[in-house]
Amino acid sequence: MFAYLVRRLFLMLVTLFGISIVIFFLLRIVPGNIVDILFAAAGYVDPADKVDLEKQLGIDQPLVVQYLHWIGGLLHGDLGYSYVSEKPALQEILPRIPITARLAGLALLFSASIGIPLGVISAVKQGSRIDYALRVVSLSGLSLPSFWLGLLVLTASVAMFGQMPIFNPNPQSLGEAFATYCIPAMVVGFRSSALTMRITRSSMLEVLRQDYIRTARAKGASDAAVNYHHALKNAILPVITVIGIEAAFLIGGLIVTETVFNIPGVARFLVEAIRWRDYPIVQNLVMLIAVVVVSANFIVDMLYAVFDPRIRYTD
Amino acid sequence: MAAIDFDVELRRAGAHATGGWRRVLFLAQRHVLGAAGLTIMTVFVLTAIFADFIARYDPLSVDAAHALARPSLAHWMGTDSFGRDVFSRIIHGARISLAVGLGSTALGGSIGVIVGLTSGYLAGWVDLVFQRVSDVLQALPLLVLALVMTAALGPSLPNVILAIAIPLIPTVARVTRANTLALREQPFVEAAKSIGMSEVRIALRHVLPNTLAPLIVLATAQLGSTILTEASLSFLGLGIPEPYPSWGRMLSESAAEYVRTAPWLVIFPGIAISLAVFGANLFGDALRDILDPRQRG
Repeated sequence: MFAYLVRRLFLMLVTLFGISIVIFFLLRIVPGNIVDILFAAAGYVDPADKVDLEKQLGIDQPLVVQYLHWIGGLLHGDLGYSYVSEKPALQEILPRIPITARLAGLALLFSASIGIPLGVISAVKQGSRIDYALRVVSLSGLSLPSFWLGLLVLTASVAMFGQMPIFNPNPQSLGEAFATYCIPAMVVGFRSSALTMRITRSSMLEVLRQDYIRTARAKGASDAAVNYHHALKNAILPVITVIGIEAAFLIGGLIVTETVFNIPGVARFLVEAIRWRDYPIVQNLVMLIAVVVVSANFIVDMLYAVFDPRIRYTD
Repeated sequence: MAAIDFDVELRRAGAHATGGWRRVLFLAQRHVLGAAGLTIMTVFVLTAIFADFIARYDPLSVDAAHALARPSLAHWMGTDSFGRDVFSRIIHGARISLAVGLGSTALGGSIGVIVGLTSGYLAGWVDLVFQRVSDVLQALPLLVLALVMTAALGPSLPNVILAIAIPLIPTVARVTRANTLALREQPFVEAAKSIGMSEVRIALRHVLPNTLAPLIVLATAQLGSTILTEASLSFLGLGIPEPYPSWGRMLSESAAEYVRTAPWLVIFPGIAISLAVFGANLFGDALRDILDPRQRG
């Protein structure tokens, strides 16, 4: 187990290192840099000013040196400076994390509490009308773009209440907190709940076909006991794995949903930084996302061993 | 995985005839949802092909006098802030969605197949390098990678196709590789080797055709998500540039302003995206059931 852990951690670092190279150089393959863009926007070009600014931002140096500078800083907790606000990138990113984390947590909660029960019902009633209806609903859930769902919620709230839910960083009442966090979280979680439901259903079906389930039925155990006590316990395992996949899935949903609801989280910040070509922010945010996804997958693997005594990472 | 013998499968399922249309009809009856998906996809493709004949106005022509007109007989889905006919834009938008959907699935799929076959066949360090590179690409969500790529390449149709295709490569390559590794040990490959067939020919003529079924299933599953990703990119203003009628672009941030005043601008493009993706997903699910019975749920 320990050797496996060390190997997994090492592979994680290799992956993160690879991502840092890909992102850094990808952002710099386009001809022209931030200075060109800033000057183009300003409408005049004084070559001396340009050279000065390039030196100040450190982009007059070879790419490899710039890359090493960035990575060296990262290891010391120094993420560089935002080109746009000229504040340390860390100061810009940190306060936005809790907002997105809260949204993501609520969305996951919503997705599990809707997706797992519906998946079980769909599997237990396989082939019935309920199963068909639930499958169509879950597929359509996967087909609705989250940003459109968000816009529909806004349209509906204008039609019903005459106003849109506005993001409030310090909600005063329960209603405000609900509008601030729960509505966007439900919009993001709706798509994931469809995914959770599909996986729960197929995993449950797999388990329901096994011999020990037949034995339990033959013993005369009630349907509820078989379904919930015997089957669900084993079927839930693959569902846990999905949380790893969903971390990636949720981030996609958060990016567009935070934009629709105007929520100042990290996900919307990434889009803004890309638009402004604020590369220090973009590369650090992408690294943050990669760390989250890679760690989620790692944790899921470990949980697997905890929940399923048959799995032992000895190799 | 052995190739699936359709005729045997069909007869076992109770089909009396296995030829031509009867076979299609039989499959459609057994997979109602899949047939519905196929119908939606067909309508979608036909709309894209015949957009010029279906659309009633030029999707790009600006008419300030009729800006933000409500849906009416003249403009079935109303007009946008430039007075452009929303219905015509949605019809023409099918072309963009289809071009990106098919283009990136085909591009990502073919590169993935080449990479997967090579790495499964050559093994050794080539395989190791490929595994690590695909770990890297798979550690980032599709939308994030596509966002960064379009930011790097600049917004245009070919760049969007490329930006969405690259994140698809690892999944296709992994499936191809796994199948190649399994097939390499099969007796028929050994037989082909023993009669002196070249490795390239074995890979292309014997191994590849046997990995097609799961690849087709994967490609249809990816089609829906590529359409959705294009819509998201364009929605965020980093996909297809103005004035081209991309469905996602039509819903771009400014749509939030019109939620109050012109809800038709919000509702119709979203229906178009959802329907196209829904059709692709329904069809993909049915295809998986038919071609890859082991995964049948």
